[in-house]
Amino acid sequence: MSIWEYANPKKFMQTSAWALPWFTGLAVLSMLVGLIWGFFFTPDDYKQGSTVKIIFLHVPAAMLAINAWLMMLVTSLIWLIRRHHVSALAAKAAAPIGLTFTLIALVTGAIWGQPMWGTWWAWDPRLTSFLILFLFYLGYIALWQAIDNPDTAADLTSVLCIVGSVFAVLSRYAVNFWNQGLHQGASLSLDKEEHVSDVFYFPLLVCIGGFIALFVALVLLRTRTEIRSRRLQALLTRERGTA
Amino acid sequence: MMPDLGKYAGPVLGAYAASIVLILLLVGISLWRGSRMRRALEEAEARQGQDHG
Repeated sequence: MSIWEYANPKKFMQTSAWALPWFTGLAVLSMLVGLIWGFFFTPDDYKQGSTVKIIFLHVPAAMLAINAWLMMLVTSLIWLIRRHHVSALAAKAAAPIGLTFTLIALVTGAIWGQPMWGTWWAWDPRLTSFLILFLFYLGYIALWQAIDNPDTAADLTSVLCIVGSVFAVLSRYAVNFWNQGLHQGASLSLDKEEHVSDVFYFPLLVCIGGFIALFVALVLLRTRTEIRSRRLQALLTRERGTA
Repeated sequence: MMPDLGKYAGPVLGAYAASIVLILLLVGISLWRGSRMRRALEEAEARQGQDHG
């Protein structure tokens, strides 16, 4: 069986109808377990006090903000190269989810930064690249809305997605590129010395799993809606033609 | 039982409240738009079925 079978809208609708409840259940379960574990059963940090509990929302949201754009990049490239409509619609469906995760990362970061850094905002490399990523999400969604022809919209938004990928990568590695600014390095790392203490690490992993499952569930749900919307437009056009 | 968040209770609860509201809004809008689109498509397909039947 080839992965390209899922480019067939009918096949995608069948498979996603089966997968959606599983991902929804997994998202609800792991987010509940992860957030309850993180909020109620982790100690305060010796430096940051109870604000460390914000990590269980901030880090998964920031990870998904970047990776949602990278998923959009892959599906946009598939559209540009192979012209599979489902892939273009999946990119369109993922954008509002990525936008929301970016907003959560920015808001929780500002709320966390105020007591720790003494400021809500700083023009730090990571914060600034995240703000630019947020603006790219807005521009991407606006471009889809602004163009009537769906294929033209898919072409232009795919090009915008490729350009914006620079900022998605920059958001991830800004701290490494410029060794300056307020934001610390990665919270999760293969290097044991670098990543957070185990008492925060394990509930954080559960929360990240929950956010990933939520992302997949929402992309499936919203792609199904986009496929139905496309079919509806085709039917309405046919109705108008026969009237 | 609510953990003792000390002097940072405001920022921690604020961050959780803002995130939960944003996630619920996203899920709610996605579900609402999905069900509206499914209904509209079913109606259009029923109309086409009648026209061709």
